[in-house]
Amino acid sequence: MARAGPPFLDTRGIIFLAILIAAAVLVPVMALAMPPGSFFHMPVYLVALFGKYLCFALLALALDLVWGYCGVLSLGHGAFFALGGYAMGMYLMRQIGSRGVYGNPDLPDFMVFLNWKELPWTWWGFSSFPYAMMMVLLLPGVLAFAFGWFAFRSRVTGVYLSIITQAMTYALLLAFFRNDMGFGGNNGLTDFKDILGFSVQAGSTRAALFSLSALMLAGSYLIARAITVSKFGKVLIAIRDAESRTRFIGYRVETYKLAVFVVSAMMAGAAGALYVPQVGIINPGEFSTTNSIEAVIWVAVGGRGTLVGAALGAVVVNFAKTWFTGVLPEFWLFALGLIFILVTLFLPKGIVGTMSQWTSRERRRAGGAPAAAE
Amino acid sequence: MVTNAENPSLTSSLLYLDGVSVSFDGYKALRGLSLVLAPGEMRAIIGPNGAGKTTMMDIITGKTRPDEGEVLFAGATDLTRLDEVAIAELGIGRKFQKPTVFESHTVGDNLLLALKAPRSAMATLFGRPPADQQERIDRILETTRLKDLRAKPAADLSHGQKQWLEIGMLLAQDPRLLLVDEPVAGMTDAETAQTAVLLREIAKDHSVVVVEHDMGFIRELGVKVTVLHEGAVLAEGPLDVVSADPRVIEVYLGR
Amino acid sequence: MKSAVRGLRGLALILGMAAALLAAPGSALADAADDILARFATDRFADTEKAIADLAGSGLPSASAILEALAANKLLFDPQERKIYIGAEGAPLIDAKTGAKADAADAAAMKRVRTNNAVRTALQAAQGALGLTSPDPVKRRSAAEAVYKARDPAQRAGVEAALAAEKDPQIRDIFSQARAAMIALDAQAPDAQKLEAIDVIRARASRDTISLLSAVANANKDRVKAAAEEASAALQARQALWSHVQNIWYGLSLGSVLLLAAIGLAITFGVMGVINMAHGEMVMIGAYTTFVTQEWIRTHNPALLDYSLLFAVPLAFLVTGAVGVAVERSIIRFLYGRPLETLLATFGLSLILQQAVRTIFGANNREVSAPAFMSGSFEWGGLAITSGRMWIIVFALLVFTALQLLLRATPFGLRMRAVTQNRRMASAMGIDTNRVDALAFGLGSGIAGVAGVALSQIDNVSPNLGQSYIIDSFMVVVFGGVGNLWGTLVAGLTLGVANKFLEPFAGAVLGKIALLVFIILFIQKRPRGLFALKGRSVEA
Repeated sequence: MARAGPPFLDTRGIIFLAILIAAAVLVPVMALAMPPGSFFHMPVYLVALFGKYLCFALLALALDLVWGYCGVLSLGHGAFFALGGYAMGMYLMRQIGSRGVYGNPDLPDFMVFLNWKELPWTWWGFSSFPYAMMMVLLLPGVLAFAFGWFAFRSRVTGVYLSIITQAMTYALLLAFFRNDMGFGGNNGLTDFKDILGFSVQAGSTRAALFSLSALMLAGSYLIARAITVSKFGKVLIAIRDAESRTRFIGYRVETYKLAVFVVSAMMAGAAGALYVPQVGIINPGEFSTTNSIEAVIWVAVGGRGTLVGAALGAVVVNFAKTWFTGVLPEFWLFALGLIFILVTLFLPKGIVGTMSQWTSRERRRAGGAPAAAE
Repeated sequence: MVTNAENPSLTSSLLYLDGVSVSFDGYKALRGLSLVLAPGEMRAIIGPNGAGKTTMMDIITGKTRPDEGEVLFAGATDLTRLDEVAIAELGIGRKFQKPTVFESHTVGDNLLLALKAPRSAMATLFGRPPADQQERIDRILETTRLKDLRAKPAADLSHGQKQWLEIGMLLAQDPRLLLVDEPVAGMTDAETAQTAVLLREIAKDHSVVVVEHDMGFIRELGVKVTVLHEGAVLAEGPLDVVSADPRVIEVYLGR
Repeated sequence: MKSAVRGLRGLALILGMAAALLAAPGSALADAADDILARFATDRFADTEKAIADLAGSGLPSASAILEALAANKLLFDPQERKIYIGAEGAPLIDAKTGAKADAADAAAMKRVRTNNAVRTALQAAQGALGLTSPDPVKRRSAAEAVYKARDPAQRAGVEAALAAEKDPQIRDIFSQARAAMIALDAQAPDAQKLEAIDVIRARASRDTISLLSAVANANKDRVKAAAEEASAALQARQALWSHVQNIWYGLSLGSVLLLAAIGLAITFGVMGVINMAHGEMVMIGAYTTFVTQEWIRTHNPALLDYSLLFAVPLAFLVTGAVGVAVERSIIRFLYGRPLETLLATFGLSLILQQAVRTIFGANNREVSAPAFMSGSFEWGGLAITSGRMWIIVFALLVFTALQLLLRATPFGLRMRAVTQNRRMASAMGIDTNRVDALAFGLGSGIAGVAGVALSQIDNVSPNLGQSYIIDSFMVVVFGGVGNLWGTLVAGLTLGVANKFLEPFAGAVLGKIALLVFIILFIQKRPRGLFALKGRSVEA
């Protein structure tokens, strides 16, 4: 079978996985085993920062799955990310127990402050880690399913879909700002103490969370790759290129979109859950519509429809953000705005897409066999 | 419905349209269109712009719902109640006026996606490809003269090659009825002649409806012709008879 | 008994005043005035109380100014000379009698005329009575309203005297209602009079009339009670109706804001199909143009300050229109037919515009003042209407009409519609489609800027101004049906009204969430909006 399509793992994928696994091992070693003065020592704040990048990379990967492959530009992935984050945040709040400022063993501080007498039903079960982890995936998954069920069946596509996903995110933003929703209102959830009995502040916990994020990203990449190289993945691309043609050939487009939308939302939720213990807070600001669009630009910068590119784009843009906010905070929004405009105008395939275009052109010029299409 | 059962043209037909009307914002695209296609038949449909050719295709494939009228497939299935996917599953394939292939897929993958096989998400995600998959694709590539282009992205094909690929995709679906909308629009004369040969070959074991403007092409097909005008059938019969009909001449040449 | 005595005193007051008005101001009057004013200087509450009543009846031109000063605790007296002055700390003293500046007086020697509850009651009565016969109809009217609200039986005689003298029919009505209120509450009044009074009162639809009627119902029996209850119920029903009307008004007001914000988008997104995420920033730039215009006028030509908005409207249109044309030429024209890319690029643009404005003007809110004709409020029937809101509704409709005219009745509108319906055909007919695209985008942006002028009146002018409108604007355009300006109008007003009707049940935030959810569901049911265009061209 010479023409079985792209191999399950191409060179790019293997390099990507190798880097992630190496980071998952080396970063904890550098942070914990190396003495502070050593050249190889990595301070804890850097571990947390890189861990954060990896969570964003996972969010970008999830978004690439729906946008890059299926053409669904979701402006709601920030919301799925935040929902996963809130589910994790609620578990961490329950872990505080009676160590809060008010020392109430049953209620989080903000509920005591609001003079609530008992835990709302929405918080039921969140002191259990397995239940909370289930919710990390279920909450975004169920929301994506309900939303996609209606949207895809009634064939809301293109910018309309983008606009209503944005409206959904905005509605959630407004809702989570309300105190009486019982999720901490404006301030969100914070002051976490420990996770599974380990202090969230401790260097070892930080390192473990980083490794976990790297492995989660690697695992999600494998899942996403499995989806996209299968015939299912080919159908997704077919939908992206010519939706109505796909339908006339006999594929239930809405089922395909719904399936990939739900999987992607769950990945985003997992990213949010890993993000919260590493930054120590989750608040309604995570639902802001800007966050969702920013995630889209990470994917565009790295190259949509390449998976690895999406992750790369997230890291590159966020690294730039860290650098700018340190050196020229005034100019970060100018720079980000310019990235949006320049990438769409001059780099529509993104970094990875443009690079693979070059290499395949080189190979063709060298007279080799045509490159396997991505 | 009772009278329908006694109607021989209905029970023996593959496609049966009766009194189909549809209007968009007061504009009547179809007014009482009736058409019967026998199994195995190839039919050419001609008509000036706005005669309702594409709207008719839209109605047969479930893209547009008629305001009134009957649309039956194989004498039994009411197509007006089904959506595009269900109609495709019944075995009606459609080629669009503007060639639409999956540009970023290779020619081979385009055919692979069209190949008759389970269409569910589960099947495409976890299912194993059927053993004869490659053979079937090879055969279609042979028929459509695209063998050497198998690994090329469809975006790189010429206009004519895209038309053939689309016809090849129709064949891959192995439908009972093919609807082909303007297959030779924008083709060179040589390509047009080849397409006629291709369609005649296909018509050997499929029912085909061809919508076309090109009279030379229709002549090469040599089949029964239906002339549409203002959403209804104006004339029907062999091309020579139809083109001698004064009403048809009036419609085409003006008063 | 006591009330009767007070009633008599009120009557005396009125009669005294009437007499005083007739008498020519002369030396005798002046002497009498000195005596009255001297009593304010005794520092005894009883004297002050008497002095107030006498002053009200004295006909002294400065009487009302003196009473006002007393009410404001600004009335001073000189214990030695027994003269009174008006003054506040830091301001020069004024001779209370003549109203002239009293430079000679020694502020340090002055003492304040003190008040207690009895003094204040007398003061209110006197001020009311003074107002009742004031030559100024506006003052008479507000005095009459005050008397109606106070329902002090002591003033009944005064009201009756004023009623007899009143010529203005509207003020007469209020006087007779005030009198009727007193009769209805008077335990001694015969039932027939009370019934008549209730009939008079019910002509007035206001909240305090309802409480008055229920007080009457509680204090009486049989027919009077029944009549009062019936009148009260009828008024309550009317009140409920008015509150609905008021809600609709608030809704229309909100809707007109939504319409203003969305109408430019209806051109760029609805008609041209360009999704412009920087639309909100165009609104914001319009608001900042208003601010700059106003500041310039304030420093260069303050006389025109009240008209600054009139200058700001065309300026904002030109400024944002020019920005729009520049954006279309430099970014959007490369992205036609790629809506998702347009969305991203224009979002980037919105970030840049926000940051640019933040860099130039700072992150804080800027103050844009309202011109005189837009401030204040008035009542119309049972409706409270703020002028600013009313003008914004008028303005929104004007902008809408102007835009419709431009699209329907000008060569440019014709060309623009031609290009959006069939670009190639329009181009073949010699229309410069590039030019039309740029101008159409400029038009949509310009209208957004004009909306910014109006929004600067009701919202904070800050770099984030636009963000709060972008989602709402898209909702309005999509809900109304893309490509349909009338749909945008109906959608904007409908969403505004729906929002205001949801608010009482759900609260502002939940109401908004409910509407968003509704629109999300609605779009899925009818993806092409309320007034969808049907047909093949749309499907393609």
